[in-house]
Order: sequence, then C-alpha cells, then structure tokens
Amino acid sequence: MAQVHLRKIVKEYEGGVQAVKGIDLDIADHEFVVLVGPSGCGKSTTLRMIAGLEEISGGEIDIGGTIVNDVPPRDRDIAMVFQNYALYPHMTVYDNMAFGLTLRKFDKAEIRRRVENAARILDIGMLLDRKPKALSGGQRQRVAMGRAIVRDPKVFLFDEPLSNLDAKLRVQMRTEIKKVHQTVRTTTVYVTHDQVEAMTLADRVVVMNHGKIEQVGPPQELYHHPRTRFVAGFIGSPSMNFIPARLEEAGSGLVVRMTDRAVLPVPAARTARYAAHLGRDLLFGIRPEHLTEPHPNEHRPNIAHFEAAPEVVEPMGMETLLHFWVEGHEICARFDPAVEVAPGKLAAMAVDMDQMHLIDPKTDLVL
Amino acid sequence: MAADGTLVAGVPASASTGRANGLQRFARRRSTIAFLMTLPLIALIGGLVVYPAGYAMWLSTLNRRMTANIGLGNFELLLENDTFRAVIWQSCIFAVGAVVLKALIGFWLAHMLHHIPAKGQRKWRGMLLVPWVIPPALSTLGWWWMFDPSYSSINWLLSIFAVPAVPWLGEPWWARLSVIMVNVWYGSPFFMIMYLAALKSVPDQLYEAAAIDGATGWQGLRYVTLPMMQNIISITVLFSLIVTFANYDIVRVLTNGGPRDLTQVFASYAFQVGILSGNLPRGAAVSLFMFPVLAVFAFFILRGINRRNKEQM
Repeated sequence: MAQVHLRKIVKEYEGGVQAVKGIDLDIADHEFVVLVGPSGCGKSTTLRMIAGLEEISGGEIDIGGTIVNDVPPRDRDIAMVFQNYALYPHMTVYDNMAFGLTLRKFDKAEIRRRVENAARILDIGMLLDRKPKALSGGQRQRVAMGRAIVRDPKVFLFDEPLSNLDAKLRVQMRTEIKKVHQTVRTTTVYVTHDQVEAMTLADRVVVMNHGKIEQVGPPQELYHHPRTRFVAGFIGSPSMNFIPARLEEAGSGLVVRMTDRAVLPVPAARTARYAAHLGRDLLFGIRPEHLTEPHPNEHRPNIAHFEAAPEVVEPMGMETLLHFWVEGHEICARFDPAVEVAPGKLAAMAVDMDQMHLIDPKTDLVL
Repeated sequence: MAADGTLVAGVPASASTGRANGLQRFARRRSTIAFLMTLPLIALIGGLVVYPAGYAMWLSTLNRRMTANIGLGNFELLLENDTFRAVIWQSCIFAVGAVVLKALIGFWLAHMLHHIPAKGQRKWRGMLLVPWVIPPALSTLGWWWMFDPSYSSINWLLSIFAVPAVPWLGEPWWARLSVIMVNVWYGSPFFMIMYLAALKSVPDQLYEAAAIDGATGWQGLRYVTLPMMQNIISITVLFSLIVTFANYDIVRVLTNGGPRDLTQVFASYAFQVGILSGNLPRGAAVSLFMFPVLAVFAFFILRGINRRNKEQM
C-alpha cells in the first residue's frame, strides 16, 4: 500500500509531440483514482509511465516515498491489468497467477496459499487448471485481476480493463472490481474512456484532455460543479446541452435570453455571481435530466417553463429522451416514460434553473 | 410423394435419374471440387516425387548390371562398408551440427533485427537475406576460393593476428567444419526470417506483463518468447533438417567428399556411387538411407507440435 505522487510529469515523443504536458497529481493511500478522457488525452500514457513501461520525459513519479523515474517496472512493486488481459497463453490459470511470485522466489506453499486466496475472492477456483484459450472474456479478466492480487503490490494499475467485454459483462465486472478494491484496499489507478465507469468506481476522478488535467474531484463534485466546458460536457450521459445565450437584466434579476421566445430567469442566489458578465454572449448549459416534464405539484423555486416540439423521441424504458432544436443547436430533454409525447407535437417542459451553468466561450471556464 | 411422405420432383423417380442425381451431388460436393482443383498439383507431385521415389526403391533391389533382383543385398553390402558407415556418421554430424548452429545464429539475428526500429529494419533484413538468395553452388565456389590453401583470404586474415595457416579443406575435422560453416552461412537467413515472423507475432503486452511480474530480459526470453515460438522453432528445425540432410551442392563443390571420403554426406555419396562409379542400384540404396533417419526426426517433432496445440486448446 502506498501513496503515489506525480510532479510535473511530461511525456514527449520524437518530433516534439507532447502526449502528457506536465501534470501534477497526488493519490492517497487506499484511494481509487480513475483517469478518464477521450482517446489521445494522455491517460494511458500517464498510467504506463507510472508502471514504468514508458520513459518519463520530465518530472518525477514517487511511489511509496521512492522516486521511481529510473526504476524498472519489476522493481516498482506494482501490478497491472491490461485491456486485452495479456495472459500467458502457454501457462495454466494457476501458473499465470503464480508467475510473478515464482520469479520473486516465493515459497511454493505460500504461492499456493495466495493463488487459492485470490481465486476464492474472484470465484475462479474451478478454472485453475485451464489454459487462457479455454476461458471466456469475463473469466480471463478475472484471472488478470487475480494475477495482480496475488502479488499484493503497493499499487494496482488498470488500463481500460473492461473495454473488451460486452455491455452486460462490463457492468458485472465493474461491480466486481469495486468489491475487490473494498476487500484488498490497495491504492488503485484506473484508466478508462467511459465516464460511467469513472463515476461508479472512483473515489476521485481525474478528467484529462489534450495531455492536461482538466479537473480532479469526487464524482459528485465533477457532476455538479464542473470547472470547464470540457468537464461539463464529458461527465454525464447524455451529455450537457449547450446553447448560446445572452445574459440580460430584467427587473431586479437576471435572465438568459436564447431566442426572443426562450428567456429564462436566473435564480436570485446567482445574481451576484453572474453580475459581472451582464450583457455578454455566453453559453447556457443544462443537463438533460434537469430539462423534464413539468410536475403538477411543483414546490421547488426556480423552475422555468416553456414549450417545444421534439423532432425525435427515444423511449429508453426507464426514461424517454426528447430531441429538439433551438437556434440550430440540438437540445436533449429527459422525460418520465409515463408522459405521452409525440414527435412534432408541442410539449410543455420544465427547466430546473438551480442546475444551470454559464460558460465563458472565450476561456471555456464555467462561471 | 415418396414412401416416407416427403415430396419429390414431379417426374416419378426412376433408378437411372436417381443415379444421375447421386452423381451430380457427388460432383457438387466441396470435397470433390477441392480434389479436382488440386489434381494438377497431385499429378505434378506424383510425376516428380512419387514416381522417382518408387523407381529408386525398385532400383535399389537390383544388382549392378540391373539384370537381377537381389532384394536387400545392396543395403547389406552398404552397412558392411566402412566408408558408408563413415558417411552415415558424417551426414548426422553435418546435418545436426549445421541445423543447431543455424537455429542459434538465426535466433540471435532475428532478435537483433526485431529490436532495430521499423524504419531501418527493412534494409538490414534485405542484406541479411543475401546468402540465402545467391545460388549455393556459386556462393560455395566463393567460399572454396576463400578456403584455398595457397591464396586463402581467411588464412591471410588469420596471419595478420599471427595465427598459423589452417588447412581448411585438407584436414578431415577442418574440412567437416568448413562444410558446416558454409551451410550455416547459407541457411541462417531462413531461420532468421522464420523466427522474426514468430517474434513479431508475440504481443508486446505479454512482455510488458512479464516485466511488471518481475521478469528480467533473460527471463522474458525463457518464459515468454521461447514458449510462444516453440512451434515455429520445431517446424523450422524439421524443414531445415530435411533440406540439410539432403544437401548435395556444398559438399560437391567445396570438398567433393574429400579428404578420403570423410566429408561425404548421403546425397554426395549417392552421386559418387551411382553416377560417377556407375552403380545406379547401390547409389539408389544410399539415397534411400536418408528416409528412415528423417522419418524418425519428423515423427518426434510433429508429435511435439501436435501435443502442444492440443494442450493450448
């Protein structure tokens, strides 16, 4: 178990292309940190630098109080689970899991004890004599995790471990990974491009984009208080709606004006926060789940109402997604499936203005 | 309606149409089509391999004038002959020695190439393949000049380091070494290219997983590379054994079997006995001796490959 500290980490490839542009990150002992971002954002490169599989072009990586920049992977006391599992095809499941311990010259009885313990945690006891070829995707993933667990390393590294699984199995394995972490409590760095995985697994999520960290924080914080337009759009599914709007004064308060017909009042509590941006062209951001059907006995303040005709209606079972266009921008709303809506017919909608965001289009920062 | 209740074609099915249908079905079967399409190749192999092999077997049972059948007489005489026993011995030394060296050097070269960045790799790969592309009779002639006792370039190089001249083709053991060296020079690129293909097929993540598991470079080779390449190694060794055992041109050009027939291998000795000395039946018997030796090698190597394939299922 250990803390991991990244200080000004840079990865530069030949030709001067920077994949990681000087990131700082402190990971606490026992913490489960997820690096998330679109492909090419530098998350996997960062993980591979922690593992020692990529050279570090600049900065320092500290694992458990030791700077490991020049330490080979085998001496870093880490274990890694790869996207395609990377099981040794010529070895049985038992040998795959025991390999790291055998190389470290562990006692045979101790190896057996650890492998059987990991097999019990992961429920793969009956597979120990099989070769990887005879296993399903989910079973291979468990073996790959078993190989990491038996080592009892300082840090677990996961590189998109669920990407090769089908949707149903992915959800199942996600729960499994969370359960394993709650059992063994090893410091974990997990890389994924799937924000749902990030939100469900992480103690803290690190959102990366273009080789930089956009924001670090617990899942709820990223969801409710995104700091940049990128984080606001990346976290949450379906993603946040952005509509160009102008911030105007109306009576004693403020309004956001999207079109002449769509003018929404800003909650009084935010007047002071936004006052400085009066009269500016901004982006109004609202999540689909805060753009719903009106409730008859609505008691919450700051609910604004308007009507729009959805062009596309997508019944999902647990919810119905409505798509309509405002000023050439596609907007998605999330309705209760019990509400009857039809494409092309006007539907009444309610916006929870307490959940609104205003973004400065010049800096892409959330105001 | 047919007896079993299924509907058949409108015309009553007579015995003759039934046969025609059966024939059509037979002609349309995938296995029949496949057989017909491979027939030209089968005919070619039959004409160029099976017929000569059968003819050689028949020939080996005849007496020198090819007038009477003497059964296994030629084989018995050969086994009693000291020179032929030396040929068996030399053939084994030559083939096993050359194949082992080719395998080791090929493996080493493949590893070196594999670690050269892709950009420069093609150039090196091309250059290293040159020995394998030159017709061996020509390149062996070049080696023969380099081994020549009076103006040997190799001995000249050795003399620079004050090493006394070596009678490369004059002394039995040096001559044996020389033919092996030339064969190794000629055959290593084949191993290199096969091993390189095998190395490229090992996923990088296996090495990364091994590195994280704690493997040193050497342990990665021992526990990941070699097991992953085992089948290719076996097949390449088997191929090379067959070709090396049957090698003729290198010995013929370099030493012509000398000194004192001590570098003769099966093929060159068969030529010597059958063509040069005019005893075709005995020459045929010599060449047939390769067959059981190779069959034993092939059996063990193929059995190993089969077993591993089954294990990995």
